[in-house]
Amino acid sequence: MNFIEARKLVHEYIRRDEDDNVESILTALDEVNLDVKEGEFVAVLGHNGSGKSTLAKHLNVLLKPSGGTLWVNGKDTEDADNLWDIRQSTGMVFQNPDNQIIASVVEEDVAFGPENIGVPTTEIWKRVEKGLKSVGMIQYREHSPNRLSGGQKQRVAIAGVMAMEPKCIVLDEPTAMLDPNGRREVLEAVGQLNKEKGVTVILITHYMEEVIRADRVYVMDNGKVVMQGTPRAIFSQVDTLKSYRLDVPQITLLAYELRNAGVPVPEGILTRQELVEALCRLY
Amino acid sequence: MSIILDKVNYVYSEKTAYEIQALKNINLKINDGEFIGIIGHTGSGKSTLIQHLNGLVKASSGGIYYNGQDIYDDDYELKELRGKVGLVFQYPEHQLFETTVFADVCFGPRNRGFSRKDAELKAFTALRSVRLAEDYWYRSPFELSGGQKRRAAIAGVLAMEPEVLVLDEPTAGLDPKGRDEILDLVAKLHRERQMTVILVSHSMEDVAKYVQRLIVMNHGSVLYDGTPVEVFAHYRELEEVGLAAPQVTYLMHELRKRGIPANGVATTLEEAKQSILQAFSQKHAMSQIREL
Ligand SMILES: Nc1ncnc2c1ncn2[C@@H]1O[C@H](COP(=O)(O)OP(=O)(O)OP(=O)(O)O)[C@@H](O)[C@H]1O
Ligand SMILES: Nc1ncnc2c1ncn2[C@@H]1O[C@H](COP(=O)(O)OP(=O)(O)O)[C@@H](O)[C@H]1O
Ligand SMILES: [Mg+2]
Ligand SMILES: [Mg+2]
Repeated sequence: MNFIEARKLVHEYIRRDEDDNVESILTALDEVNLDVKEGEFVAVLGHNGSGKSTLAKHLNVLLKPSGGTLWVNGKDTEDADNLWDIRQSTGMVFQNPDNQIIASVVEEDVAFGPENIGVPTTEIWKRVEKGLKSVGMIQYREHSPNRLSGGQKQRVAIAGVMAMEPKCIVLDEPTAMLDPNGRREVLEAVGQLNKEKGVTVILITHYMEEVIRADRVYVMDNGKVVMQGTPRAIFSQVDTLKSYRLDVPQITLLAYELRNAGVPVPEGILTRQELVEALCRLY
Repeated sequence: MSIILDKVNYVYSEKTAYEIQALKNINLKINDGEFIGIIGHTGSGKSTLIQHLNGLVKASSGGIYYNGQDIYDDDYELKELRGKVGLVFQYPEHQLFETTVFADVCFGPRNRGFSRKDAELKAFTALRSVRLAEDYWYRSPFELSGGQKRRAAIAGVLAMEPEVLVLDEPTAGLDPKGRDEILDLVAKLHRERQMTVILVSHSMEDVAKYVQRLIVMNHGSVLYDGTPVEVFAHYRELEEVGLAAPQVTYLMHELRKRGIPANGVATTLEEAKQSILQAFSQKHAMSQIREL
């Protein structure tokens, strides 16, 4: 079985009036099928409101299906007995770092997760140090988190999840607030966890560049999965992506526009290096 | 008409063990009608700096002058300044607090003394301009997705019709189309209403494309202040302070190293494209001449 399997997963946000009558229903997930193998790096793209965060919250059982089924780590998320197992196997980093920082000292915040699941003390401090180093925040270990700027907070939050050493980590726009360096550091850290420790990664992002290193990409539109494939296959479809309010990496777009202007660079160029090589061959 | 910052210093938690000097001797003149970008590593002081511009944060020392008036004068109307200098916060959650999105967007103009009807009209126009679908106008801000909240927050500030629009990473969390829509909207306000715009951004590509003047913050000080082309010429130094040049600038440098005469100061996709096309067509023309 795959690490994550969603079959016709539906989520409805239902609004009720004072008398408990249904006022409106918003279908945020509309029969979503998703398969993620253990150790895979999967990216999820989609317009604002397309259902990405709703999907992420299902993976960590913050929400339960209105229809269909979701298995995480072989466990049905609807079964209350599985809650603990799933939360332990699947760590989550949210969009807004302010809502996930708890302790008053950075290193304590990072230690909070492992402490909670009974990791021995000496091991905890090793993990805290590793987690903080991997996001470039080790020099802040004794600082107060609420005195950090937005980007710094987000890196602490990621360190906290990494310290749990979960099987899978779900990141909901983890880099939205980071500077280029911070973004690179975080992505490298996440990539390393994936490559070296085999951690399954689900990365939700609006930065097309960040998707390049994924094994597979899912594209969502209005609660539905509308595309899936390798980054190269997905980013070869510039016009289709644009119709879903998405884009391609700037280098891919440049290659595409050069091709339209008569320079025959190949389709699906993803990196600067590839474009340099292609242009040098043609020049 | 301008905003002048004169030797501004700001210290958080002054005289405690946690004292942090977030701004160090900032001297800036922001001219009427400018479109300015501010970049800098996280923690470099960008958010602290812009919160000085509408008086939300008061300098530990130094002066700020809005159109020649000292905003720290006892009889200066700080409340009015908040309406003139509209600030869109980095986290939309920090400015959405009413029960519905529409009420939230009405709040600014109501607070500035507009009648209920006028405030609603302004809210209507603002929500339209940020392209938040009408379905969401009467929902609680807490029911919105990240990007929808962002739009609502921007609308709230636009509805006040400020003279100066300050946006703290306004495109974070927006989908690519939304990014273009918001920045195009801001550019349009700048162009058509001569609004002064200050854009804090982590996207080198965005600032290269939109702003006329780029200020680089580093550890609380101004490191560079110039046109994007001037600033991005320092791409090695920028990397040392946690930043970078736009992707295409690197591409152009790499092409030059490999013998293709690309424009080394291109910072936007359009400039890069034109320069590569030109290099190819020149080479093509040359080889045709040689063949003759
Ligand atoms: N708590 C809630 N109550 C009611 N509706 C909600 C709630 N949370 C989200 N929604 C709605 O569900 C839909 C999907 O929202 P979701 O947050 O999953 O989108 P998203 O893809 O993560 O968007 P973004 O890119 O902006 O973060 C949106 O239309 C949103 O308004
Ligand atoms: N509320 C606060 N209390 C104490 N220190 C803060 C606070 N906000 C920011 N700082 C500190 O001030 C410095 C500048 O932060 P900030 O202006 O948020 O930077 P930026 O917006 O460039 O990321 C950082 O060192 C940060 O840790
Ligand atoms: Mg979301
Ligand atoms: Mg900031």
